[in-house]
Amino acid sequence: MIEARNLRFSYGEREVLRGISLEVGKGEFVAILGPNGAGKSTFLRCLAGILRCEGVFLKDRPVRDYSPRELSRILAYVPQRVEPGFLTVFDTVLLGRRPYMGLTPSEKDLEVVEEALKRLGIEKLALKRTNEISGGELQKVSIARALAQEPEILLMDEPTNNLDLKSQLEVMRLARELAKGGKTVIMVMHDVNLALRFAKRFVFMKGGRKIADGSLEVLSEKLFEEVYGVRVEIGEVRGVPVVVPL
Amino acid sequence: MDYKAYRRRKLILCIALFLSLLAVSLFSLSSGPYHVPLREVLAVLLGGGSKDDRLVLLGIRLPRIVAGILVGASMGVAGAVLQGYLRNPLATPFTMGVSHGAMFGASLAIILGAGYSLNSGQIFLNNPYAVVLFAFLGAISATLVILALARLRGLSPEAIVLAGVAMSSLYSALTTLVQYFANELQLSAMVYWSFGNLARATWRENAIMAVAFAFVFAYFLIKRWDLNASTLGDEIAKSVGVNIERERLIGTLLSAFITSVTVAFVGVIGFVGLIAPHSMRLIAGGDYRSLIPLSALAGALLLVSADTVARLIVSPMTLPVGVITSFLGAPAFIYLLVRMEGRR
Repeated sequence: MIEARNLRFSYGEREVLRGISLEVGKGEFVAILGPNGAGKSTFLRCLAGILRCEGVFLKDRPVRDYSPRELSRILAYVPQRVEPGFLTVFDTVLLGRRPYMGLTPSEKDLEVVEEALKRLGIEKLALKRTNEISGGELQKVSIARALAQEPEILLMDEPTNNLDLKSQLEVMRLARELAKGGKTVIMVMHDVNLALRFAKRFVFMKGGRKIADGSLEVLSEKLFEEVYGVRVEIGEVRGVPVVVPL
Repeated sequence: MDYKAYRRRKLILCIALFLSLLAVSLFSLSSGPYHVPLREVLAVLLGGGSKDDRLVLLGIRLPRIVAGILVGASMGVAGAVLQGYLRNPLATPFTMGVSHGAMFGASLAIILGAGYSLNSGQIFLNNPYAVVLFAFLGAISATLVILALARLRGLSPEAIVLAGVAMSSLYSALTTLVQYFANELQLSAMVYWSFGNLARATWRENAIMAVAFAFVFAYFLIKRWDLNASTLGDEIAKSVGVNIERERLIGTLLSAFITSVTVAFVGVIGFVGLIAPHSMRLIAGGDYRSLIPLSALAGALLLVSADTVARLIVSPMTLPVGVITSFLGAPAFIYLLVRMEGRR
């Protein structure tokens, strides 16, 4: 579905990605983990086509060859931060329909927006401005907008930031459901335990390189020490692995 | 209230603003040292009326009001668009150096012999086209320099705004330099030019402004979704398929262009580009589908009202309309700042 082939990226002189290869198929749910400055967000932006990079392929075609409109129908990206403003929640989510509509939204576009709002449980906020709602609600608006795009691939940069415990679980469950429904979900995460509980595949990054990649069996206490520089113990609660820093 | 009712409310606001603009324009047509009753005003507009009435209304007052509508609408739209693309509530074409550039251009034309002024307040332009052309070139040049930099070096919206401040400062230094070498008559012509006066526009100028405005207005209406996307940040804009760098450059250029056209003809009239879009944002929200027409209407209404006040308040003398808009604008501006700070 989406693939990075020896992906390199630099901001000016500073090399951020030093040759990353990764192939993600349809319906996978991948968490990208790693310490601050590992290049996770940059990697995600490259995949999303937000940063112009060589070596990213979407359905075996370089991402660079896609037109912005074409790309936006396949890929939706949820950034870490959204600027709050004077746009209503409804109109913000409606932007997710821009890849499909002409100058005015169709009835179908409005329905898709209603549906996305309901899916995130924020339909009551529809006519509020985004500078009148909380940071967590704004994050959900941003995710609803990505859903309204009806993408095949959903790229999310720390989507559980700003969210309370309940909303974190809701968002992760939603992501899991979407992956089960055939969408590809790739998420940059800081909360290791949340990732372990919901994602199916884990990519560990450090210093612009991929350190490990695989399902739960790649986890080891040694890996955490190598990636994060922290000694941990991996236990299990109700069949879910739990990482406890020592 | 559902979404469709919410959209309908904005349409009603649009219609209300349009009717207010119509009412103020009719009032402005009938008022002045030479009073024309409303019935006569309508007669003249419908092609009848006495010869004197026709002369005053069609030759003097109507072109001035039409200029007010076009200039106000242009500045309202230009401000709304720049605030969206640069994501900066203070952005207007004037913060991009358009006003200082125009002042420098006009001053340069005057010192090169295009005009002079006696202390009567009347500018005598030997060559009005030179002043208009130089003012236009000066006005647009600051933006062109900034956009060339933005294109070559990939400037962020913040950097574009700061570059505008730098260009403004550069042009005011150049203007001071030109004024230093000007003689008294030229100097007073420069000062009078800077006041901004809607009476400078005749039908020909109005026609040019109308064409420029119609073109740019239509372009921004087509790009309304891109503008909405821009306010959410570049990453989201790109994610929904907007070529945001390109749209930002084009949008900034077109905003500077319509503003430069109006400034070249009528001089610098401040604050409309700030008050009109912000007041509409506070009342009707930030959706550019309605914000673009609303800002145009609010800008037109504001400027025609201000100009009517400027004509009538110490009649038969006419105050510079820029003074009235700034008197309105400065407190409105502070009010907005306080409101925005209060939200944090």
